[in-house]
Amino acid sequence: MRKFADSLLNGGIFDGMPIELGYVLVVAFFAFVLLNFIMLVAGVTSWLERRVWGRIQSRIGPNRVGPQGTIQWLADGLKNIMKEDIIPEEADAPLFKIAPYLAMMGFFATFAVIPFGDGLVVADLDVGLLYITAVTALVVVGVLMAGWASNNKWALLGGIRSAAQIISYEIPAGLGVITVVLFTGSLSMQSIIRAQGWEPWNWFMFDNPFLFVAFFLFFVSALAEGNRTPFDLPEAESELVAGAFTEYSGLRNLLFFLVEWGNLYVIGALCATMFLGGWQIPPVTENPFLLGLLQFITFFAKSYFIVFVAMWIRGTLPRVRVDQLMTLCWKYLTPIAFVNLLGAMIWFIVFPHGFLPMRIAMVLIGGGIFLYFLSRVMFHLRRAKPEMHLSPLA
Amino acid sequence: MSTTSIEIGLERETPAGLETEEMTLNMGPQHPSTHGVLRFVVKADGEIMRRAIPDIGYLHRSIEKISEKVGYHGFMPYTDRVDYVSAMQCNQGWAIACESLAGIEVPRRGEYCRVIACEFGRIASHLISVGATAMDIGAFTPFTHALREREKINDILEELCGARLTFNYMRIGGCAWDIPPGFIKRATAFLDAFEPLIDEYNELISFNKIYTERMGNVAPVSAELAIAWNLVGPNLRGSGVKYDVRKDEPYSVYPEFDFDVPVGEGKMGEVGDCWDRYMVRMDEMKESCKILRQALGGLPEGPVVAKVARTFKPPVGEAYVRVEGSRGDMGWFVVSDGTAFPVRTHIRTGSYSAMAIVEVLSQGLMIADLIAVIASLDIVAPEVDR
Repeated sequence: MRKFADSLLNGGIFDGMPIELGYVLVVAFFAFVLLNFIMLVAGVTSWLERRVWGRIQSRIGPNRVGPQGTIQWLADGLKNIMKEDIIPEEADAPLFKIAPYLAMMGFFATFAVIPFGDGLVVADLDVGLLYITAVTALVVVGVLMAGWASNNKWALLGGIRSAAQIISYEIPAGLGVITVVLFTGSLSMQSIIRAQGWEPWNWFMFDNPFLFVAFFLFFVSALAEGNRTPFDLPEAESELVAGAFTEYSGLRNLLFFLVEWGNLYVIGALCATMFLGGWQIPPVTENPFLLGLLQFITFFAKSYFIVFVAMWIRGTLPRVRVDQLMTLCWKYLTPIAFVNLLGAMIWFIVFPHGFLPMRIAMVLIGGGIFLYFLSRVMFHLRRAKPEMHLSPLA
Repeated sequence: MSTTSIEIGLERETPAGLETEEMTLNMGPQHPSTHGVLRFVVKADGEIMRRAIPDIGYLHRSIEKISEKVGYHGFMPYTDRVDYVSAMQCNQGWAIACESLAGIEVPRRGEYCRVIACEFGRIASHLISVGATAMDIGAFTPFTHALREREKINDILEELCGARLTFNYMRIGGCAWDIPPGFIKRATAFLDAFEPLIDEYNELISFNKIYTERMGNVAPVSAELAIAWNLVGPNLRGSGVKYDVRKDEPYSVYPEFDFDVPVGEGKMGEVGDCWDRYMVRMDEMKESCKILRQALGGLPEGPVVAKVARTFKPPVGEAYVRVEGSRGDMGWFVVSDGTAFPVRTHIRTGSYSAMAIVEVLSQGLMIADLIAVIASLDIVAPEVDR
């Protein structure tokens, strides 16, 4: 991407203007492309979530707007944009207005370092993972600000829950990330992917038992950080009405939802990058364009698999209570993460170049569990068939 | 607003110079999980409640007073609105009260039809209850699955009486309609499909670790407390008291059926916690299926309704009857002065006393627990106010 930017800069479009302005324009161009991409991702994720959720709940879900309801998200977005932007009289108006943009910034900035392909990354920062951990903290500032500025007790409770939750879960998530960094020696997203291969036994998830545990630690903590079920306490609709977002309407409310669904994709992308081999594909073609496309599709498929799992979890599990949430984090996840990190260090010293039999064994075990799970799902689907009067594609 | 002077010591140490104050939260009347129009004034210290004071009267429709104007027959549709989630038992309560005033004998087929309708109504009501409980805890899927089955029950009841929610099925002296042809076959087919589904719900949600953690050990009601606060029905049985009007003060043809009375056993914590109350409803659905199978199998021939004068004028007197509604012991009190209009009607409902105990139970719980408590007590707002 850097090369592309340089070629743009030197391509003659910006002749006769200061180089700084040229840089700003190029960056603005990238940001524009990325913003549109994110809107698309968040929108499609919202539609997909509602369809998947509907399927789990034996109902249909949105299927009217466009083929199979695929542009339902566009209709919802337009509706939200056209709605009145209500700011309560008693609210702290400036903070109230700014809060959704802060949350939006926090998640938008993460996309800058997400590698969609070998060269398909806006900025391959050397501190990529650290950067993501840092900027996602802006989301909690936004949510907390929204909760406080709304001047509503439910919103305040939601905002404080959110702050406590996200800050707590940063620790196991960070420790999970560190376990990966231990094996790559780099925080850069691209070098983490390059340290893996396209074969499942070259993925970090199956590299050794400790990374396997780290994957689950990271996934659970990321769910909590993204306010996803079973950790969706900040907006627990049956307890806090809509939590921190109770007073929001129209576009600002939409932005918070955008953050939620966009964050879901970020979780998937991070898991795919760190544990599932990212965009690595078998060497099938020399064509750089085709290669880039295949890498993009691979990465997208992997991250959407994680997104799908998160949707599945949302359709299955109830919500934990605040004290249980904290217990889980501080009494279980954090100690496990520390022990796991220690184990990973020892493993790294014993097998500095990896241990192939263990990898293959892990892949076999993991694949076995996956296949068993799949067969159970198929069994239940087949058994449920006479019960269903709805086609999944109705 | 009801105020009792219950204070508890929930003092927290605060650093010098920092002042804290109690937060007063209005939960309802518009709140997603207050199941209708309820209001709780929650005094909270952060996430911990000092107490939640129930405030009732938002759904008062003067149903008891209306009975004095519309007469005995005319009041039947209004009884549907007392507890609209399971209207059949309300129908039955009023019908039995009037019959015992006038000494009318109901034909056996009529009694069987009533039992079939009531037990289907009980399953439908418990499905709503367990589904809504799961939804309040944050799991949406069990709710839709429960509603899916409830729709089928509604279909069956619609076949029986033409209505899906407020049935107006029973009459003084029997039922309005006989069972339609093919009904028994379809009802049995539903039961065959539904009984394994109860186990599926248990797999899906009842024994889910998060769910049992949220429901178990939360707000346990001891048997003494339950009796002292006049809890009835599944809430009372959840506390381990084996009391069911159908068994202990039999009415209709219930003594002819073989069924158990499930009670809370404290499997996931103390006896009488939210999970016990929830599970009692799960088990009661199975028992209702048992009753239904026996009733559908042994349906006698004959008329469904006794001959009752169109202007029903019971002799002077009063009657108090009790039926086991979905929310427990439902008392129907009616006073007659010999005219076509009752002088006084009173309805004793389970949700009313369940609402009162929330204030005691809520002390020291978290706000999220209050939701679980309300849901597990299965409070239906119109039944509180009437």
